[in-house]
Amino acid sequence: MIDETPSRVDEGALRGLVPRVLAGLVRRGEDFDAAEDALQEALLEALRVWPGHPPRDPRAWLATVATRRLVDARRSEAARRRREEATRAEPPPAATEEGDDTLFLLFCCCHPDLAPASQVALTLRAVGGLSTREIADAFYVPEATMAQRISRAKRTLGGRRLDRPGDLAVVLRVLYLGYAAGHAGRVDLAGEAIRLARQLTLATDEPEARGLLALMLLNHARLPARFDADGRLVTLDRQDRGRWDTREIAEGVRVLQSALAAGRPGRYQCEAAVAALHDDAATAEETDWPQILAWYDDLVALGDDPVRRDPTAVLARAVAVGHVLGAAAGLRETDRLREVLGGRHRWHAVRGYLHELGGDLPAAATAYADAARLATDVAEREHLVRRAARARAT
Amino acid sequence: MPRYLLLKHYSGGPQPHHPFPPMDRWAPEDVEAHFAFLRHVGELLEKNGELVDVQALTPAQTWVRYGGPDAAPVTTDGPLPETSDLVAGWYLVDVESFERAVEIAAYISSEPGPGGGPLHEWIDVREVMSGAHPDGGPSGGAPSDGPHE
Repeated sequence: MIDETPSRVDEGALRGLVPRVLAGLVRRGEDFDAAEDALQEALLEALRVWPGHPPRDPRAWLATVATRRLVDARRSEAARRRREEATRAEPPPAATEEGDDTLFLLFCCCHPDLAPASQVALTLRAVGGLSTREIADAFYVPEATMAQRISRAKRTLGGRRLDRPGDLAVVLRVLYLGYAAGHAGRVDLAGEAIRLARQLTLATDEPEARGLLALMLLNHARLPARFDADGRLVTLDRQDRGRWDTREIAEGVRVLQSALAAGRPGRYQCEAAVAALHDDAATAEETDWPQILAWYDDLVALGDDPVRRDPTAVLARAVAVGHVLGAAAGLRETDRLREVLGGRHRWHAVRGYLHELGGDLPAAATAYADAARLATDVAEREHLVRRAARARAT
Repeated sequence: MPRYLLLKHYSGGPQPHHPFPPMDRWAPEDVEAHFAFLRHVGELLEKNGELVDVQALTPAQTWVRYGGPDAAPVTTDGPLPETSDLVAGWYLVDVESFERAVEIAAYISSEPGPGGGPLHEWIDVREVMSGAHPDGGPSGGAPSDGPHE
């Protein structure tokens, strides 16, 4: 996504300035909607002007230009100010901690009155600094549609007070949604979500924020091995582990350890611990399933009635049960979920896997075929059809 | 977010809620009202940030198949339109949930018919699979590593 040649502006660094500048404008009393628009214009201007005239203080430059845009928007006599804007710089807005600004903006963008898709889109734009075009591309919708989605979200925020702390759990969920939305395509949303989660961990000591960052890193590390040269999905047990990103794994483990040290476990920490154990195995056979099962036990024990409230955790645990206590035990675990997840492809896929593990290939083939029929992703469906055919042919 | 194709049909589908004549026999103002409503739906969906695409198809249907080596493609006009499933057009929407897609489909189905009352037309709601984008790399979505974790 980001083309870093020396002659060009480092877009990543540029976008890293967005939270502080925008938070400064909003805290000063500017309308969120107008301030965000103005800052977007300032970013475009920076990409145009900076290669020839690099600013001494990039953040102050952006704040100044965005402020000018706001003034322009209010007044009609804009021409004179445009001539001046690139040469004068105001002092930066109120000196607050960078992390506070990021957190403040994330709370704005993840306001509970917004629908999840709007929260994600607005976060990518107002905190991530992505353009509407980039976000539209990432989600494969027309730019006009994404522009409407974002401007509706901003209008919704317009009537709300933005001075109270928000719900960190919502912020974490929005970042994870953004992460899950894309590993491929023209815009690296997964990388963007990791960047934002990293910023978030500077702003809060909450161990779940670090748990989420660790989870993203530890899963992202396996991305290079997740598809083969023909674009086919490769499951964890068959991946070429030499292609995993060891640097990312090391960082993920470090972040996870610092989260666990706080002694306040949560779902992201548990899931990250499972991911770390997978990443730690040199071969699929060396996977430490008993420890993975122990973490899944912790995960499902976090709340009441996990079968209804967190069925995907119970389903993931069933795989670990199958490896530790045998395929039949794993299948019994999935039976408890039939009512809740029986219509989802993942439930059938797990049963197919457990049947295969237990050596019952005809049952595996049937379960994989059922899973393929319910799959909503092309690569996953092809994988399941292939698995069903292989189980039938063996 | 899931995407759904909301298909309108010229023919086929469940038993109609009530019989109605083909549109060329409606009063002109009813025809106008009908088209205006469908345009309004497209505009509304775009304003909501939910519209991906809207298209209409002519009723002419040609079936084509490979004819074999050194042979021309085989074509036929297909089965009688009254008895077969004939798609008339669609809205492709990108929405929060299946429930929202159903809500939009029901709204489309409230389109005015002859006399101005709702047509109650059946709308065919189909989920679009992710990851089929030609420019999206191996997969536009993010399938997990599979059922092992």
